[in-house]
Amino acid sequence: MADTEHRGFGARLHGSLRRLRAVAVKEVRQLARDRVTFGMIVGVPLMQMLLFGYAINFDVRNIATAIHDQANSSMSREFVAQLKATQVIRIAWETDSATELDRLMREGRASMGVVIPHDFERRLQSDARPVVQILVDGSQPSLAGVAAGLAAMPLLSRHGAGPYAGGKRMEPRRIEVRTLYNPEKRTAVQVVPALIGVILSMTMVLFTSGAIVRERERGNLELLIATPLGRLELMVGKLLPYVGIGLIQTTLVLAVGSALFRVPVVGSLIDLYLATLMFIAASLGLGLFVSTLAQTQFQAFQLAFVTMLPSILLSGFLFPFEGMPVVAQWLAQVLPLTHFNVIVRGVMLRGADLVEVWPQLAKLGVFLAAMLAIAVARFRKRLD
Amino acid sequence: MSSAGAPAISARQLTRKFGAKTAVDHVDLDIPSGRIYGFLGPNGSGKSTTLRMLCGMLLPSEGHAEVFGLSVVKDAEAIRRRLGYMPQKFSLWEDLTADENLRFIAELYGLEGDVEARIASQRQTYDLDSLRGQRAGTMSGGQKQRLSLAAATLHEPELLLLDEPTSAVDPQSRRDFWERLFELADQGATILVSTHYMDEAERCHGLAILAEGRLVAEGTPRDLMDGVDADVFEIEGADGTQAPALIRPLPFVVGVTQLGMRLRVLADRHASGAEDQLRALLAQHQIPATVERTEASLEDVFVVATRKDRRGGH
Repeated sequence: MADTEHRGFGARLHGSLRRLRAVAVKEVRQLARDRVTFGMIVGVPLMQMLLFGYAINFDVRNIATAIHDQANSSMSREFVAQLKATQVIRIAWETDSATELDRLMREGRASMGVVIPHDFERRLQSDARPVVQILVDGSQPSLAGVAAGLAAMPLLSRHGAGPYAGGKRMEPRRIEVRTLYNPEKRTAVQVVPALIGVILSMTMVLFTSGAIVRERERGNLELLIATPLGRLELMVGKLLPYVGIGLIQTTLVLAVGSALFRVPVVGSLIDLYLATLMFIAASLGLGLFVSTLAQTQFQAFQLAFVTMLPSILLSGFLFPFEGMPVVAQWLAQVLPLTHFNVIVRGVMLRGADLVEVWPQLAKLGVFLAAMLAIAVARFRKRLD
Repeated sequence: MSSAGAPAISARQLTRKFGAKTAVDHVDLDIPSGRIYGFLGPNGSGKSTTLRMLCGMLLPSEGHAEVFGLSVVKDAEAIRRRLGYMPQKFSLWEDLTADENLRFIAELYGLEGDVEARIASQRQTYDLDSLRGQRAGTMSGGQKQRLSLAAATLHEPELLLLDEPTSAVDPQSRRDFWERLFELADQGATILVSTHYMDEAERCHGLAILAEGRLVAEGTPRDLMDGVDADVFEIEGADGTQAPALIRPLPFVVGVTQLGMRLRVLADRHASGAEDQLRALLAQHQIPATVERTEASLEDVFVVATRKDRRGGH
């Protein structure tokens, strides 16, 4: 009795795996023939890598600056030389009048203006008035912070005076900024690890929800429902190929990151791939959930986009997590990308192992379980 | 009615509502096995919804149905292995070839033994040999339909549910298709086919006429035609006249159809002297036409059945 039951289970499992494999093989075949999707699998990571790696630069450098040096003394020239040496600004214009400087700024050609008054030395020595005026184009993000940084720099320290010396003679303190893990402060090193997550959440959610909704839209699902194919077999079979695609994309990002941007993997590659697998699964779960909400591929696309925006904005990929309002931080906790970013930066840049990032892994696991539970409950083998 | 064993399908008070709309309205069915049984009705009469409930795809709102004695609600999975379903819309994968589609379906049904041989035999039966490597999306309507039927019958189901299978194919393909259906029925399969073509309905062993979700007539095509609740007259020589406009308002007239040179008039069977009144009317308007009583066609059955339903409904 137990034996026959066992064999019955074995046969059932065999049949189930056979159907699952058939769905996966069919999916891969269709994917290989869908040139647009196939191109996106490779194209999206490449485009994003180049975009974020080369074009987007979080550390602001070479700001086009116009200087109006009214003093034109040896001291003021030294001051300008020091500003230049920071590499934060690039002196593009040396103007003869304040109006010209104004014009350059108004036209948006100069993002920053530095005005050195003719009594620069006297102000440095004793005056309570500001020594130098820095004009900032406030319409551009993150420039104001840069200007504040410049102003705080202990310029002309050899002369024992800072730009904001004020009434009291303060000995300017030399502030040393050391950046850990990314000593050269290269944006690529910060961005590439997080890009793995961004690219995966984009493609995984988009492709899977699209692939499932497409079957519904084209009427394939009506036929599938009438066959012995189980809903779990259908869902898992359809998702499996995308796990492989996610791993290919991860490898692509790592390879390009290493070749073009010299982004290191300090921790273990195996840990990195294991954590990535977990994130892929969580993203596929989200895609599955989206597919149960959407009736058409267009709706699926819109919904996928709706999940993508907060992921990109709130996950700590673009903006530091600490600076966000509490509500946003709380919301970010729900997003798998937030946790994956912590994991991937830890493993790739700080050499953390999986034990050290287990809270994040656990949160991804909870997210995956929740998505699957909702999706399975919603995905009926019926039309109504 | 000749008995062909236990009914393959039986339904009692089968009902399906979509919101406020009742798509299928308390339908009773007893469909014998080994026969071709047709659902005849216009679009929106509940044919597709009934078929979908029978294969467990939609839940009945009321009533119940059994296929092979199994409940379509509780035993849907067990029923699925024994039935083949061909949806109205082509539902195989357009980016896969004929062979790839058939192999995929074979895997889903867990076909044992020599699967390739079974597929080859289906290819032969349904004339698909030249289409083996062709993607389904590039096939003609008739080719798609043959591929769909080959896929639906690949696992040799006992019951075949076909939802308007010939709506997108040419007349020759329709004829070929029906020949194949008869071969399948000869091999013992029960076939339930929905259609809105009278000629197809006439070829069925049994027929149910559906209108607005209700079963309005049932029986063999012959019985339905013999038992039609109307007298049928053909009027010849009245073409090009105002005769149809004159005849339609007569109280006993159920329907008037123009068939080329002839007018076909359906009259209430219980009205007396209908034939004489028609002749008198034509003579009064000096229309030199002949009036002759004739046998009812399936279309007449359909017109009477749906007309009666509409009267009853309002």
